[in-house]
Amino acid sequence: MRGDLLLLAIVASSLLPGLIIFSLPEPMIRLRTTLNLAGALLKVILVVLLFLHLLAGRTAEFRLTLLPEMDLLLRADALSLLFLSLSAVLWLVTTIYAIGYLEGAPHRSRFFGFFSLCVCATTGVALAGDLVTFVLFYELLTLSTYPLVVHRGTPVALRAGRIYLAYTLSGGVVLFAATVWLRAIAGPLDFIPGGILSILPPTLHPTLTLIFLLLMLSLGVKAALVPLHSWLPTAMVAPAPVSALLHAVAVVKAGAFGIVRVVQDIYGTGLCTVLGVLSPLALVAALTVIYGSVRALNQDDLKRRLAFSTVSQVSYIVLGIALAQPLALIGGLVHLVHQGLMKITLFFCAGNLAETLEIHKITAMDGVGRRLPATMTAFTIAALGMIGLPPLVGFVSKWYLGLGGLAGGQSWVILLLLSSSLLNACYFLPVIHRAWFRPAAAPWPTSPFASGRETTWALLMPPLVTATLVVLLGVLAESSGSPLHWVKWILSREYGL
Amino acid sequence: MSVSVLYAGGGTLLFFIGLHALLVYPHLLRKILAANIMGSGVFMVFVALGARSSDGVTDPVPQAMVLTGIVVSLCFTAVALVLAVRIHRLTGCTTFVQDQEAAGD
Amino acid sequence: MTDAILQQPWFLWLTLIPLGAAILAFVLPRQAHLVGFATALILPFCALLAVRQGTLPHQLFLNAGGWDAPLGIALRNDGLALVMLAVTAGVGFIISCYATAYFSARRHKPDRPHYFWPLWLFLWGGCNALFISGDLFNLYVTLELVTLASVALIALEGGNKALNAALRYLFIGLIGSLAYLLGVAILYGTYATVDLGLLGDALTNTRLNHVAMALMVSGLILKSALFPMHFWLPQAHAMAPAPVSALLSALIVKTTFIVLLRLWFMVFPALDLVVTGQILGLLGSGAIIWGSLMALRQERLKLLIAYSTVAQIGYLFLVFPLARGDAAAAAWTGCVLLILAHACGKAAMFLVAGTIHHTAGHDRISQLAGAGGPVGVLVVVFALAAVTIIGLPPSGGFFAKWLLLSAALATGQWFYLLVILGGSLLSAAYIVRVLSWAFLDVKRSHYPVIPWVMKWPPLLLAVISLLFGLIAHQPLQLALIDAPVAGRVMLEISHAR
Repeated sequence: MRGDLLLLAIVASSLLPGLIIFSLPEPMIRLRTTLNLAGALLKVILVVLLFLHLLAGRTAEFRLTLLPEMDLLLRADALSLLFLSLSAVLWLVTTIYAIGYLEGAPHRSRFFGFFSLCVCATTGVALAGDLVTFVLFYELLTLSTYPLVVHRGTPVALRAGRIYLAYTLSGGVVLFAATVWLRAIAGPLDFIPGGILSILPPTLHPTLTLIFLLLMLSLGVKAALVPLHSWLPTAMVAPAPVSALLHAVAVVKAGAFGIVRVVQDIYGTGLCTVLGVLSPLALVAALTVIYGSVRALNQDDLKRRLAFSTVSQVSYIVLGIALAQPLALIGGLVHLVHQGLMKITLFFCAGNLAETLEIHKITAMDGVGRRLPATMTAFTIAALGMIGLPPLVGFVSKWYLGLGGLAGGQSWVILLLLSSSLLNACYFLPVIHRAWFRPAAAPWPTSPFASGRETTWALLMPPLVTATLVVLLGVLAESSGSPLHWVKWILSREYGL
Repeated sequence: MSVSVLYAGGGTLLFFIGLHALLVYPHLLRKILAANIMGSGVFMVFVALGARSSDGVTDPVPQAMVLTGIVVSLCFTAVALVLAVRIHRLTGCTTFVQDQEAAGD
Repeated sequence: MTDAILQQPWFLWLTLIPLGAAILAFVLPRQAHLVGFATALILPFCALLAVRQGTLPHQLFLNAGGWDAPLGIALRNDGLALVMLAVTAGVGFIISCYATAYFSARRHKPDRPHYFWPLWLFLWGGCNALFISGDLFNLYVTLELVTLASVALIALEGGNKALNAALRYLFIGLIGSLAYLLGVAILYGTYATVDLGLLGDALTNTRLNHVAMALMVSGLILKSALFPMHFWLPQAHAMAPAPVSALLSALIVKTTFIVLLRLWFMVFPALDLVVTGQILGLLGSGAIIWGSLMALRQERLKLLIAYSTVAQIGYLFLVFPLARGDAAAAAWTGCVLLILAHACGKAAMFLVAGTIHHTAGHDRISQLAGAGGPVGVLVVVFALAAVTIIGLPPSGGFFAKWLLLSAALATGQWFYLLVILGGSLLSAAYIVRVLSWAFLDVKRSHYPVIPWVMKWPPLLLAVISLLFGLIAHQPLQLALIDAPVAGRVMLEISHAR
């Protein structure tokens, strides 16, 4: 199969269902569900095909001329494949979950339409072959997630939507300016491992530093770096599948992925070191890790606590890049996948609590483990993974980050990781304790499902699947096919590390 | 030569007198008259400047242009009069409605 | 056969056919809509043929009646003319489709549809004649044709406010065109020609020429509603029936701007225009800021869109300070692209506003609450069209702003960079204000079914404007044929490499 067609098919596999779903009238549930699942499954299959395509040593590239001397460029490399497969798999899982979650809710055509567009934009972000294309899809992502954030249509949701747009559009404008500027001084901005800017004369270095700062400012909005993170906890009013998607796959990861691309494939680690921009970035990331965890401590709303936890955890990825050490880079990139799996599990579980028992507050979770044993088991596994308990996936990321810090002679990283883990434990363990070991304040309403099943299959399966992955990928981290193995392959293939 | 410059100066003066009246007087009919005076001023400039050719023969092109301009000006006057009469019939006013109330339908 | 077809002067037929049809529609008032629709159907094909001719090697001028340039009337079909002819044909066709439905749905309302068609066809012919005019006096006559027809179209609704707006517009147009004509008289007095090309070659940097330039430019900016001369535009555009508003905002405001563009780049290059250019740029910046702020305050949808037009006109005027040196081609193409993108987007917005007004009986923004219903879908169409107004990818507005930003960077004019980006954020703010109401979940009142011809044309235009960026390459190539700006479109600062 031709590479360019494959890439287009991957983008279209979520775009076309989305567009068709928009035009479907509300009651055509079966057709809509079929389209959604077919698109999601097709995407996974196509990603596998693309993987085989690349493995066979062929390239996949698609170009479309936009302006004189400017192209839309889709290109698959190992790094984009990592993000792509993460989003494809988690989209499939989230679609199943969303179908169960929104059963009977209004405006589902609109919801699933924008949901698919959002995944289409994420795919574009993953496959972007140059910074211009990246910016294009990055902004599309902003647009397509806004209707999801305000989906409930309450004044609170609308306020959250406004805050979300204020942050992301301002960030988008800065990104736009920075990209135009960089394009103006450096020519085409293709993503090439090792960077493309090192050939520029040193007289331009102050300008390049400034542009780097602008790029980090704008990408940092979506990656929720402190102090640009405030939109994220506010956006929690969205329905649970959206929160899961925003936090685990699409939005925050697009920001983090953008930072990876800029540091590794535009500037290159070497130039970044020369410019001296990585240490401040590492500092901001470290600050975000601690700040997010501290703020998470005293949130009573479960989703808000998870949101602040995201703020903290996504910064591990940034930290891994900013340390400029191969081992730390492994830790950061592998956390892209690992954090996605753990966080999506946690949000699925929080959604189950809200949907089945109307629980939103942590103080209301006393004894809920007996009513929802499977959900809370998944929650516990993911939370322990977040804390970094071996052999779960969170431990793998933290281990490599720590190794990278030591290798670079920056032992403060170990201290940071330990204190962060301690804080993680402080905000997750009480939740687990409440759920399993405290008696329920009042008897839970009995299950309406056959044989006392705690909730519908569509709500139950997704967290269980992702929780299983959290365990499996952690235990089998060193075997071939695991994200860790994959990341190591990427680094050896693309960066020669 | 100097005569044509005199005419051109006079035409410019007419243009600005008309402009002044158009902006200052609220009555619609006065505005329409003022617009006509402005137009006449411009046409005069055109004809006057066209008259100064080196070989003593008057250039016919500006006159053709002025004729076209007069036709255009006639059309405008007609439309403006229709609108002004219509406004007068609807409201009894001979000026623009000043209050721009936001309330629509 | 094809040769014979391609020998026809199609750009001339584009002028003659609508003028003839206008007369036909006037003498056959009962069949007016049929005549109008048939003409609207033919013209896009003529435009296609004209564009096809334009891409072949062809004669740039056509001398009407066989008289040569100083005496006769020269018609030019350069790239700019062809692009404008094509976009007028395309957008005009879609608006005509909408108009047939709009006026038949409002037969009992005092819109006088049988006057609409002759006037609109007359206007169409006038616009097309203006685009191909090659001399100053012909431009004057065509400008007056356009103004006269627009005045009558604004008065179509027949109410007191509409009549006032029409008469005000007439006076403004008259002052503007007489000032322009005075400038023409001065130039003719010195050079004894009104041909654009001949004047451009002959002009020198004298004080008298500056006076003429000042008169012509100020007349034209009055007519094209540049801030602070915009006061007449919102009322005039918002009072008219929806198809008329769309025509005026999407196409007619650009006609005067095209004249200005031609003068600036073809007649006045010999003059020292730096200060004038900066003044126009500052006024344009003022328009962007002021128009957007006023749009933010409007209670009615049509007025909001009209103020958004004021702001967008401001962007067009940035071309004058930005088109310098190497950046000239980039600024020029950016400006042309913005004209095209805005034509599609703004037409879609006004048509949607018309449908909303027709369906809901009002266009108050605060009462648009409740997406999902028929009005909600329309608001989504509105939002799609607005993407190009905000300048987000993949719309044409995004790439137009890209080109303008490149030009601002290349000429080192940082002020305009900030204005362009700030304007984007402001326009996002007023669009989001509309959207927030639309997503607010309240119980909806019952709306009548909307005829499909009132839904699909705006949707089509909105989708075109949204995806215009992806096909922007071809129209830009066309616009560069015989363009008055030399050199290639630079996206890079040349000395940096």
